[in-house]
Amino acid sequence: MAVSVDEAVSAGPGRDHTPSRRRRGGRGRSVLEVALLTVLAVVMLFPVLWMIETSIKENRDVYAIPAKFFDFKVTLDHFKDVFAGSGGGRSALSVSFLNSVVVAGVSTALATVLGVPAAWAYSRFSVKAKKDQLFFILSTRFMPPVVVVIPIFLMYRQLGLIDNKLGLILIYTAFNVPFTIWMMKGFVDEVPAEYEDAAMLDGYTRLQAFWKFTLPLLLPGIAATAVFALIFSWNEFVFAIFLTSSDSVRTAPPAIAGLIGGTTIDWGLVAAASVVFALPVLVFAYLVRKHLVAGVTLGAVRR
Amino acid sequence: MGTVAVHGLRKSFGKVQALDGVTLDVPDGSFFVVLGPSGAGKTTTLRAIAGLEKLDAGSVHLDGRDATADTPAARDLAMVFQSYALYPRRTAYENIASPLRARRCSSSEIAAAVEQMSSLLHIERLLQRRPAQMSGGEMQRVALARALVRRPRAFLMDEPLTNLDLKLRVEMRTELTRIHRSLGGTFVYVTNDQVEALSMADRVAVLKEGKVQQVGTPAEVYERPANQWVAGFVGSPAISLLACRAEGDRLVGAEGWTLPRPRWTTAENGRPLLLGLRAEDLSVERRGDTSLPGELYGLEPLGDRTVVDVQVGTEMLKVKARPTFTGTPGERLHVTVDLDRAHLFDAGTGLALSESGR
Ligand SMILES: Nc1ncnc2c1ncn2[C@@H]1O[C@H](COP(=O)(O)OP(=O)(O)OP(=O)(O)O)[C@@H](O)[C@H]1O
Ligand SMILES: [Mg+2]
Repeated sequence: MAVSVDEAVSAGPGRDHTPSRRRRGGRGRSVLEVALLTVLAVVMLFPVLWMIETSIKENRDVYAIPAKFFDFKVTLDHFKDVFAGSGGGRSALSVSFLNSVVVAGVSTALATVLGVPAAWAYSRFSVKAKKDQLFFILSTRFMPPVVVVIPIFLMYRQLGLIDNKLGLILIYTAFNVPFTIWMMKGFVDEVPAEYEDAAMLDGYTRLQAFWKFTLPLLLPGIAATAVFALIFSWNEFVFAIFLTSSDSVRTAPPAIAGLIGGTTIDWGLVAAASVVFALPVLVFAYLVRKHLVAGVTLGAVRR
Repeated sequence: MGTVAVHGLRKSFGKVQALDGVTLDVPDGSFFVVLGPSGAGKTTTLRAIAGLEKLDAGSVHLDGRDATADTPAARDLAMVFQSYALYPRRTAYENIASPLRARRCSSSEIAAAVEQMSSLLHIERLLQRRPAQMSGGEMQRVALARALVRRPRAFLMDEPLTNLDLKLRVEMRTELTRIHRSLGGTFVYVTNDQVEALSMADRVAVLKEGKVQQVGTPAEVYERPANQWVAGFVGSPAISLLACRAEGDRLVGAEGWTLPRPRWTTAENGRPLLLGLRAEDLSVERRGDTSLPGELYGLEPLGDRTVVDVQVGTEMLKVKARPTFTGTPGERLHVTVDLDRAHLFDAGTGLALSESGR
């Protein structure tokens, strides 16, 4: 490190010395950091940017060589095509978006309703072989979905759950409950059990104590957990493509993927559908960002 | 209003035996103090009474009825938690009102009761604050108010004054005794502060490692400690213990001194004993028949008195002296013993010798 002679021999106490050097080094590093982060951001965001650009280009400009970055005519036709069917009425894509909303929303709600009380119970009560149970619950997440998709397919065929929204809701719930339990147990552990003890002495039952006193303190954690569960269900592709086939049941990921593969690919439509697909997650995460941060740092904020 | 009786409470946390057969009888309307050092099982005892702890064995009787299986709500008790456990999202007012809301009181009743409590505990100006906006002492008073706002069978208080500064603690001590007298009711009060125990209690139970060592009035516990450990725990400065044995009509110390054998003891000759002497029963004034030779080791001036450490052989005596007492370390002096107020313990078991003659 380059330290001038003056600086090195200056009689200032070490405490004064160090911060100034750190500041200097910090500034140098932060310029480098900013540069690297910019490069990284450009590389990572370019596909997103390209997707957005493609979604508002006319088809002519989509295929233009050399590619047009800025001087193209903006059109919202692709977005219209996402929602409106060719013969008027609703498009197949818009139905799949609705399916996605229903499937992701319901499965997240179910996972939360089942997982939060379970997490509370695991945190508060002495359960036999608690560690083993928790490990077992977690272990269901070790398997990648593709491994279980065949047995699930066979089981679902027996039960008539193939090509059925309920089937997807159930499987997503099954995947999100373990996650919810694990994540929420951490949050419940952070809330002192004595609030519930005090509430029970006040005259509430144990469930009332949980409902009135602990649950409100868990809301940031629940929001954070639900967002993650929602994103999982919203993005899930493997089960969706194996277990559903008709347009009226399909969720958005396989529906969008289905746009690619004909003789001509309408890239504008694909891009517009992808933008619409990405938007809700972004918006939702943005809306609960305060809770997300509070949720992630709950342990540091309390006490 | 209520009697509390627990019998043979046992509770272990993994390898730790927190309660090892605790039996207590709290009479109706008494101020009952459970005194013990940190980790003695005081909190666990209170939580067992409150129904918050699943017991390994033992029973809890409230008003003479077996309440061991009752829910906390059904036991009709109020508790001040060691950590206050004030609801963080609620104002002081809502915290204090909570026991009344849970029992579906009308809002006018609640307002009146909260107002009465807040003026009793001088917390009127805190009512709209949340716990995070209060100091430790303020939270403690709000926690007290939440417990006192109702007329339960009994009040359970877990070291409610420990986190206050000394001045406030002394004030609140008198305040609490006054509240107990004016409200009536049974108080089970846990503390590790023996001054609190001695000054506030009708009865004291001394707890150590999950076992009750002694139950009695403060005077009994102080004047007639059941064993060496209680004698050492209760009283400040701590009692001095000297190894000795009885020889005819004399007590012979391991360090070579002799004293007349107290009239009241029946210990057989030669049995190893411990002589317990409290600082206020000793004086450094004159040489005499009932004195021990020693060397001045150090002085602790405490304002109203000076505690003189006197070394007798290898053992140390704490002696209470006038605040004007001076001396230099190493100086030889004699410690006069009030043998009528001395205590004798069996050196093996630590139990007090019977004092039938006293
Ligand atoms: N939930 C628990 N899990 C494990 N051990 C516990 C638990 N609660 C208490 N203990 C142990 O039981 C013993 C008694 O604890 P308790 O809290 O009753 O002590 P205490 O007398 O209240 O002490 P203090 O004056 O420090 O509050 C201690 O050794 C403690 O470590
Ligand atoms: Mg305690």
